[in-house]
Amino acid sequence: MNERVIATNITKSFRSTKALDDVSFSVNEGELFGFIGPDGAGKSTLFRILTTVMNADSGDALVDGFHLKDEIAIRSRVGYMPGKFSLYPDLSVQENLEFFAKVFGTTVQENYSIIKEIYVQLEPFKDRRAGKLSGGMKQKLALCCALIHKPRVLFLDEPTTGVDPVSRREFWEMLGRLKQSGLTILVSTPYMDEASRCDRVALIQKGKILDIDPPGVITKKFPLHVIAVKSDNMQKLRKDILKVEDAESVYGFGEFLHITMKKENSSTEKIESLLKQQGHQHIEVKIIEAGIEDCFMHLMEHNKN
Amino acid sequence: MRTILVIIRKEFLQIFRNRAMLPQIIMMPLIQLLILSNAATFEIRHLNMHVIDQDQSQASRQLIGKFKASNYFELSDFSFDEKHADEDIMQGKDRCILMIPKGFEHDLMKEQHTKLLLNINAIDGAAAGVINTYALSIIQNFNQQIDAQWINQQQFDQQKILNTPYSFWYNPYMNYKTFMVPGLIVMLLTMVGMFMSAQNIVREKEIGTIEQINVTPIKKAHFIIGKQVPFLIIGLVQLTIGLLVARWVFSIHILGSIPLIYLFATVYLITLLGFGLLISTMVDTQQQAMFLAWFFMVIFILMSGLFTPIEAMPQWAQNITKFNPIAYFVAVMRMVVLKGSTIKDILPQLTAISIGGLVMCSLATLRYRKRDG
Repeated sequence: MNERVIATNITKSFRSTKALDDVSFSVNEGELFGFIGPDGAGKSTLFRILTTVMNADSGDALVDGFHLKDEIAIRSRVGYMPGKFSLYPDLSVQENLEFFAKVFGTTVQENYSIIKEIYVQLEPFKDRRAGKLSGGMKQKLALCCALIHKPRVLFLDEPTTGVDPVSRREFWEMLGRLKQSGLTILVSTPYMDEASRCDRVALIQKGKILDIDPPGVITKKFPLHVIAVKSDNMQKLRKDILKVEDAESVYGFGEFLHITMKKENSSTEKIESLLKQQGHQHIEVKIIEAGIEDCFMHLMEHNKN
Repeated sequence: MRTILVIIRKEFLQIFRNRAMLPQIIMMPLIQLLILSNAATFEIRHLNMHVIDQDQSQASRQLIGKFKASNYFELSDFSFDEKHADEDIMQGKDRCILMIPKGFEHDLMKEQHTKLLLNINAIDGAAAGVINTYALSIIQNFNQQIDAQWINQQQFDQQKILNTPYSFWYNPYMNYKTFMVPGLIVMLLTMVGMFMSAQNIVREKEIGTIEQINVTPIKKAHFIIGKQVPFLIIGLVQLTIGLLVARWVFSIHILGSIPLIYLFATVYLITLLGFGLLISTMVDTQQQAMFLAWFFMVIFILMSGLFTPIEAMPQWAQNITKFNPIAYFVAVMRMVVLKGSTIKDILPQLTAISIGGLVMCSLATLRYRKRDG
């Protein structure tokens, strides 16, 4: 396979905090590679290093065949969409796009085919100032600007943060189609549910990569059993649930509590009757498949120890 | 080269999109020039003077008459009481006291010398100095006349009176506006250029666009030049407006070569904008940029020779002005506009400012990092 990004032992510290701790991974051509982790995990720092806007303390990477010190070569080969909206708010949609095309020595016409599908949605607002666009439109414009010079590798730093659910889904569908054109995409997100959209994901926490695998493999590899529980008194439930035999840990997931069980043979009836004894009503207990989030929580917990 | 043009175009788009910008760069300097040139003058007229004439003689009346005849003094009060006069000064009613003691005329005739007392309210030191000069020149004039009229007549010993005719070169009527306007044009050009450039790059940092710029293959020097050129053009437009106002409103004829002024202004603006952009690369917020820009602006303007002559400063301060770009431009403007100096005459200033420009632009380029820590 053709590797587009190979990172080896990248380390970066800010004063005493280690933002990235010996990070290594590789991304193949045409792959949609996700970095999943909470805020402050080091995702943005990693992207800034790989796009050559920040120096690593140690370690190196090959981006589209070029070492990090070869910044001019890398800068014309990568597209980067920072987490914070960073286009000119006082320039119109069209002016922003033309500016970034020309800065890369190309024109909008030349590479229009790449952005066409996204840009048609922006076209009605092409004379509107970028600062006056809605969140979803801003993301689309930023994506267009990051793509207009036909990059080989695309870095998207939390592209869906602060975007509504519909726009989020649209955005991921767009990424899926871009990937099919052979573009290599690295995307970071704090949303676990977006992991399933990626070909492979790296779970990252406190500057360390915990696991890299396709999302399906990560959940299959999960050694424990997950049971979702809900009742009328969730606060009490949190305490009572630990009385269940073999319960390892409990996390809140929306309206349910997820209990990871050490053994697979625990039955839902046993838990239900135990909770009834404690005075809970409207009890719902079901065995579920572990999601990325469950795996993440588990790995985090294990990493601590 | 193409990249530079792209950046210049973008900067102009942003400048003119900002509605407050155009009035800011055209109207504000214009208004300031019209107000300041009329206000910034050292001429003081109609000063209230309290006269205590204890002599009541022909000589004392003649002296008072001389003060009255000048346009500078308004003889507002007469008394014989020093206390009363002191009170008037305290209350701010009078600016100075002229006290002619008893025996003024007698001493003048017999002893050939006499005494006068002049008290000036020196709360405003500069004004007090001016009042002192006016008063002394009137008294001197009186002295000469007395010499000629009375004393020498009696002694038949014709003393030679030294008469010093004077003429003010390059500004024959000592018109303050003629003197101030070229300097003020420099100041206005400087303020707008300095503040706009100091705020520019840091603004991109604040709104985050610098991050997107940094991942592009734009070269650092191209970026700095692309930022400088629009402000340079705006500066030259302001200079043109300033010179037109000087010509039409203040009737100042430019004696020297106009292209020479533009040549110097271009080099000067490159230096100034380089400095502004250097500030912009060093700070993190527009507020910090403004504070730093103001700090240097105040020092530069007050030490530029615009309001107080550089020759009057202590040596160490004069040494500092060697690093003050405004001082060079103010001097050159006055030389070329009022005196008709040629490129040969301003070569030292042109050399100094060129070196400054080279240093500033190099520093700004070096200090602007596309890659951090």
